[in-house]
Amino acid sequence: MSDITVTKGAPPRFRSATEESPLARWAMIAAAVLGLGILVFAPLIAVFVEALAQGVAASLASLATRDAQEAIKLTLTIAAISVPLNAIFGVAAAWFITKFDFRGKAFLITLIDLPFSVSPVVAGLCIVLMFGTNSLVGGWLVANGYPIVFAMPGIILATMFVTFPFVARELIPVMIEQGRAEEEAALTLGASGWRVFWTVTLPNIRWALLYGVLLCNARAMGEFGAVAVVSGKIRGQTATMPTTIEMLYQEYLSVAAFSLAAVLALLALVTLLLKTALEIRHADQLAAAHRH
Amino acid sequence: MHIEIDEISKSFGTTAALHPVSLSLPSGALVALLGPSGSGKTTLLRILGGLEFPSSGRVMFDGQDATGLSVQDRRAGFVFQSYALFRHMTVFDNIAYGLNARPRASRPTKAEIARRVTKLLELIQLPDIGARYPSQLSGGQRQRVALARALAIEPRMLLLDEPFGALDAKVRKELRQGLRDIHDTTGLTTVFVTHDQEEAMELADLVVVMSMGRIEQIGKPQDIRARPATPFVRAFVSA
Repeated sequence: MSDITVTKGAPPRFRSATEESPLARWAMIAAAVLGLGILVFAPLIAVFVEALAQGVAASLASLATRDAQEAIKLTLTIAAISVPLNAIFGVAAAWFITKFDFRGKAFLITLIDLPFSVSPVVAGLCIVLMFGTNSLVGGWLVANGYPIVFAMPGIILATMFVTFPFVARELIPVMIEQGRAEEEAALTLGASGWRVFWTVTLPNIRWALLYGVLLCNARAMGEFGAVAVVSGKIRGQTATMPTTIEMLYQEYLSVAAFSLAAVLALLALVTLLLKTALEIRHADQLAAAHRH
Repeated sequence: MHIEIDEISKSFGTTAALHPVSLSLPSGALVALLGPSGSGKTTLLRILGGLEFPSSGRVMFDGQDATGLSVQDRRAGFVFQSYALFRHMTVFDNIAYGLNARPRASRPTKAEIARRVTKLLELIQLPDIGARYPSQLSGGQRQRVALARALAIEPRMLLLDEPFGALDAKVRKELRQGLRDIHDTTGLTTVFVTHDQEEAMELADLVVVMSMGRIEQIGKPQDIRARPATPFVRAFVSA
């Protein structure tokens, strides 16, 4: 017993292995706050400050102009068409890749990622080359009254190309992790392939799908490069919100430009809030949660 | 139902998972496919269930060629290794799935489905868990729910892939008896895959020892113990 010494008072405080000294901690926190402030919060605040520089009335008046109204309408329409289509294609691609074994699978996954690595401007040019008036397909389509380039179909194509990976990329890891056993079980219980998809596959990926759709939507509304090339930026007709903002800004109409930018930022913020709510409630079913 | 496996082989690309194997399983038997991993036992089970198709050979159910029969039409009650319960459905909906999936003409009424699910929950001795989700169950409970779900379709045979693999030793012993009881009650031809020779010997009427895609020996447990046919069987059953 004598070799056990009892120390009185507070136990010595040990630093855990992953803990840094207070100085280092504060320095790193300060760097993070500074970076975030300069790169994210300051610009966001600046957009709203500029938008309201001449008062709320001036800002609202600029949003009430026909061009601004048409731009908002066009952007929402583009998103409303391209996001559901990409959701369907994304689900189909992810389902195909994860539920079947075939040669060239890795290549196909790489191909799905292509829009992330190709500059949107290049993508836009490709669409112009393929469907422009001087191309074989485009010439025929224009002659028959269905122009693609400098019209809505071109903008939708460009937007879909750029946002294609979001849904598939979100779903593939989730579906790989879930495996095929539940689908196989449903088949042995007598369900048809179609029924298995609606009652087993889709419910299992619903939150990941919604998450991918939100990311896709945010990008679809904000896409500039590819859309700028294919749309021709015809005011009141093919000018989306991002391209209209750019044109207004070039014309020194800063209140109008920033007011529209503020609306776009608000749309993005709403998307972000929904996305965060999903992450909090259904983190276990999201691929994003596994990646971080 | 009598199951006849006639010169079945299966290869995945260039690797042969099963060399031609033949096997006759008498109606109502409780059969163990026993072997180490990679022996082809799970492949054989999946071929019986219609989840894989053989590269050559035939499967006969009660003398009728069933080789090309789709997985849905086989009516094989399949219990998966990880149970594969539908995670977003309650236990009740899991068990009712096969009945709800039937074409409208042969689908039982809602009340009839509820009655059958209740009966199956009693059979697996878990009458009160219908409203729970799979994630709220223990491993042993999940296995029994998977069994009830497979039985709900009134299967012609019962196929189980490592049914006790993911359970601890005590639960495993209990569930072995549970499977034996359910087999004896239903009289279904039952095939289960295992790598545990003690489990196979204790539970099965007929043991099929497999290795490297070939059948090494078929026999009653006591015969295999007493007279192992090959050095592999001798080594495997004495392990």
